[in-house]
Amino acid sequence: MKYEMTPAQFIAVSNNGNINYDDFYQKFFEKLKEADKKYNLLITINDKKPKINPGKLTALPLSVKDCICTQNIKTTAGSKILENYIPPFDATAIKKLKEQGGVIVGKTAQDEFGHGTFSTNCAYKIPKNPLDPTRSCGGSSGGAGGLIAALDMPHIAIAESTGGSISAPAAFTGTVGITPTYGRVSRYGLIDYANSLDKIGAMGKTVEDAAIALNIMAGHDPMDETSINEKVPNFLAATKKDIKGMKLGVPKEYFSDKIDDKIKNIIWDKIKQLESLGATYEKCSLPTTKYTIPSYYIIAMCETSTNLAKFCGMRYGASEDLKGRDFNEYFSDMRGKYLGEEAKRRIILGTYARMAGYRDQYYLKAMKVRTLIINDYKKAFKKYDCLVSPTMPFVAPKFKDIEKLTPVENYFADILTAGPNLAGIPMISVPAGTHQSMPVGMHILADHMHEEKILKLADATHKTY
Amino acid sequence: MKQNIVDKVASVAKISLTAAEKNKFEKDIKNILDSFKDLDSATVTGIKPTFQPVEAKTALREDKEESCLTQKESLANTALNEKGFFKGPKAI
Repeated sequence: MKYEMTPAQFIAVSNNGNINYDDFYQKFFEKLKEADKKYNLLITINDKKPKINPGKLTALPLSVKDCICTQNIKTTAGSKILENYIPPFDATAIKKLKEQGGVIVGKTAQDEFGHGTFSTNCAYKIPKNPLDPTRSCGGSSGGAGGLIAALDMPHIAIAESTGGSISAPAAFTGTVGITPTYGRVSRYGLIDYANSLDKIGAMGKTVEDAAIALNIMAGHDPMDETSINEKVPNFLAATKKDIKGMKLGVPKEYFSDKIDDKIKNIIWDKIKQLESLGATYEKCSLPTTKYTIPSYYIIAMCETSTNLAKFCGMRYGASEDLKGRDFNEYFSDMRGKYLGEEAKRRIILGTYARMAGYRDQYYLKAMKVRTLIINDYKKAFKKYDCLVSPTMPFVAPKFKDIEKLTPVENYFADILTAGPNLAGIPMISVPAGTHQSMPVGMHILADHMHEEKILKLADATHKTY
Repeated sequence: MKQNIVDKVASVAKISLTAAEKNKFEKDIKNILDSFKDLDSATVTGIKPTFQPVEAKTALREDKEESCLTQKESLANTALNEKGFFKGPKAI
């Protein structure tokens, strides 16, 4: 039997009892291992014979970013300091997916703790882009994006975004990635990078694939006090709706001279296509865009410097013989030895920005500017259903070019994704064209809790691709 | 950022750094903080900081007993355990 089908088709066939699971999973793991060997996409492959549970996903293969806890499956968040950590529990999102029959096939490669835009800050393998292995998959959910692009079998990737870690790999690998409203999906069991920014989302080949997973993961969770207690709409149904009458805003700051001209042209062509389908558009402005990178990085670094304090060589993860060391020596030695360079850089910066004398200048200022940034979006969403822009300022860069980037240049790559992530609004990246033979993503944003709007528009965008 | 500040911050953050790392971070951190200067021009008088992008309501669970990790499960991820307890470095 051939298994080149979409996740929705697979679930339908599976629910009708027409899948030979032994045959399917043998072929699936052959292809998964082949893709991993070629492109370094997974930290752990979980090829145990799956238990088949009926439900909304019935035996559908799911990969999970390595920062999301999976019971009895190694979970490292891409860091040596969590090497061999085997969670005794599932993250709530994973528990829900498994209850609906989802099968966890592996843990995808990522930047350590999500600290990166290109998946090059990895303690393990650096994922290569299946469309051109000399280029990055994007980060930090690089393994997730790469796996969606590489596999021609039904599969959905569960990913996570703090400052653009779903949108960037989606754009660079020509896949679809949805980041829901902050709090829409429980963070219980997600290894924090920055707790006020982290969101679990989904990636797939189509908008429908991403909606299937979001439908199941979304919802209130008493285990996460930042989880939103509101009714979850049918996201899958939203993808099928007409876009006629939708009002789109096109922020001029997202089409600045820092964005590749060809990419801007591709997105403008796509906007014109959406207009022909009944949407209207207008140029608009988000004046606080210039503050998004410093505000985002200060907040993310401050939060990561506290969130990562628990990784000290005790209770789980890496440990060593104490050798008479006191807690200061032991914790400092362990963190110095097992944390990667970028994790250390961000912890040092975050600690500095929270110290007496600097806290008001950096941390509190960034938090106040975050309010201004959110106000900008709220004002725009009074007028528009969605905002549209390129997802990334350039196509997937080559590794040899990434090596030359300074940390500041690295951080700039998030110029289009940091703002919506700071605001906690939902966003989706969907393929819109190609440049230099590499995919270009269109970024679609909406107000808090309006995932249906971005799904509807993204589906229409993808269908014209 | 001067190297002695890097030393001080690393000590607070409890991270041992090599001399090469200290040199590198001193330069990187200076450049990064310089690049953040854009923030200085933002007017935030009277603006409240946003700690959570979506307002969080205090969620209290029902006051009833729930299952939790067993002692064995809690200790399963470390070699540093003794007599059913976590073993840690000396504090004093």
